[in-house]
Amino acid sequence: MAMVSIVAIVLVGLLGLTGCGDDSGSGTDTLGGRLNGSGATFPKTFYEVAIYEFLKQHQATTITYSGGGSGKGRTDLQENVVDWAGSDGLVKDADRAKYKGGEFLYFPTVIAPITVAYNLSGISELNLSPATIAKIFQREVTAWDDPAIVAENPKVAAKLKGGITVAHRSDGSGTTENFTKFLEKAVGTNAGGAWKLKSGSTVDWPADTQAGNGNAGVSQIVQDTKGAVGYVDYSDAVATEMKFAAVANKTGAYVTPTLASASAAAEGAKVNDDLSYDPLWADGAASYPITAPTWILVYAKQGTATQAETLRSFLLYLLTDAQKLADSVDYAAIPASLAARAITQLDRITAP
Amino acid sequence: MTGATAPPAPFTGRGGRADAAFRYATIAAGLVVLVVLGAIAVTTVRRALPAFDLMGFRFLTSSRWDPNADQFGAKAFLYGSLVASAIALLIAVPVSIGIALFTTQVVPTRWRRPIIYTVDLLAVVPSVVFGLWGILVFAKVVPGFYDNIASAVHPIPGLRSLFGSSHGRSYMTAGVILAVMITPIITSLAREVIDTCSPSDREGAYALGATRWEMICGVVLPHAKNGLVGAVMLGLGRAMGETIAVALVIGSANNISANLFASGDALPARIANEWGEAEGSWRAALIGLAVTLFAVTILVNLLAAFIVSRSTAKSQGAR
Repeated sequence: MAMVSIVAIVLVGLLGLTGCGDDSGSGTDTLGGRLNGSGATFPKTFYEVAIYEFLKQHQATTITYSGGGSGKGRTDLQENVVDWAGSDGLVKDADRAKYKGGEFLYFPTVIAPITVAYNLSGISELNLSPATIAKIFQREVTAWDDPAIVAENPKVAAKLKGGITVAHRSDGSGTTENFTKFLEKAVGTNAGGAWKLKSGSTVDWPADTQAGNGNAGVSQIVQDTKGAVGYVDYSDAVATEMKFAAVANKTGAYVTPTLASASAAAEGAKVNDDLSYDPLWADGAASYPITAPTWILVYAKQGTATQAETLRSFLLYLLTDAQKLADSVDYAAIPASLAARAITQLDRITAP
Repeated sequence: MTGATAPPAPFTGRGGRADAAFRYATIAAGLVVLVVLGAIAVTTVRRALPAFDLMGFRFLTSSRWDPNADQFGAKAFLYGSLVASAIALLIAVPVSIGIALFTTQVVPTRWRRPIIYTVDLLAVVPSVVFGLWGILVFAKVVPGFYDNIASAVHPIPGLRSLFGSSHGRSYMTAGVILAVMITPIITSLAREVIDTCSPSDREGAYALGATRWEMICGVVLPHAKNGLVGAVMLGLGRAMGETIAVALVIGSANNISANLFASGDALPARIANEWGEAEGSWRAALIGLAVTLFAVTILVNLLAAFIVSRSTAKSQGAR
């Protein structure tokens, strides 16, 4: 009996405490609760930095982000395992019914280029068109002195020699998804070209290609193998000091991947009502064509007022102050107009 | 318990109830294993059903794995798992039994402990360490060796197709790393089994004029045969199920090649690589890979048990 009454007292005490939290207004210092997140690994560094900075100001709150992949994030959100999910891709219409929490919202956070990194001694500038990239990754062009590559790089033609080793991701990845989506859009069968592998977080690569785990695994193959080429997230390519190609965009201009050229691509993309947009193969002469978006998915209906309040403040922080942190970890901020629309959408996160 | 003059017996014979309780407890413990296995089988099969429905038998006979087109053929991964495990056993079994015989039959007693400790230490190295060593060191060194082997056997038609060109990440690399990982398990079990051979049998063989080699072949190995097969099966189980080390070094290519130096993929490695991004039928197909692995492991064990029971029956018939 004594045990029961002690438990009861503790429970009442806890209820009282949370009650206080709910009643004491909307000042930032009263934020509480716990937000668990999982999903895309591509923006993970940015989210970690942002969470760290946010929690410095709100010490009663706990926010986590465990990565695991976009697919895991979406599945976790469907099952209510997490409060927010990071995803590099959009939810298929067929999967909408699986989300047990009902209506969900997209919040775009950052963008970043995906580089086509290569290992060729003596060559520091390489131009590649999407059609040539498609041929290389489908193993139709297997030597660096292939006429298709030489024609685009007359200045370094003499140094282009040797066989090509193609490196791709062995794990399912949003980076693969965006890279193949770009090829599908730019040279796919609908675009009159010959990209046959379609798009997805893993595709049916030719058997004589190499696979590495994560961006680090692909980087390692490219760095270790003369004549290798692979697609790698910008931040990893910069960190490992690899050389990467300038890629021809929609206007035919060869653009080097930088945060500025990624921002230009996002400016050129059309934004839909649900804040989905596609910066891949975007308009604009300065746009880098392989620019990847990423979103946070949350349910519009939150369980408690505290939860909704904390989620709104965290997302507001990501869309405002945290945007200034993005370039320090090699991500580009989203365009101000897009951020403003996302901030307006915050009002749709409510509690019963 | 007959007369007053008898000394007090340590056993009163009144433990009948305890005996019954003990019996039920052990039966329950045994059943728990079966129930857990059954429950795992039922739930994994159920969750893999969407993929099995989609593919039917082609799940095992097709080698096309293209989640974007809802095509899930596991043949290449099954092939890779079997090939890498076979290579691992080919290397690890002779070495392990060799070490076991060495430590039990050859080495002076005072040197036994240090050697046993060293081999057992290998068993506590986490598999990811082997994997990282494999990809950062081993896979970088081996292409040279592989190329040498390939050019040496090139004139021989059969071997030419087995040993071709390589990037380093291959069935062979995975097999060698698995061999290192399963050697300590097979060794320590083999040692325990061989140790049970009674000294009188061994001395009997010597008394009949057997050399040490004849004694080992004629007495120790026949005596230990069943236990050795069990040890090898446990090693095989670990090799088939090993995930991270294999995922890092086998090359992750959806490929079926007779060339042991080519990249391929294994069932558990594919699950680990693709789980994070998989949804819907893709996720079901990955669980299907796990079911396949489960089934293959059980089949291989049953086969081994069958072989052992037949050869035991034969040798007893000859007696």
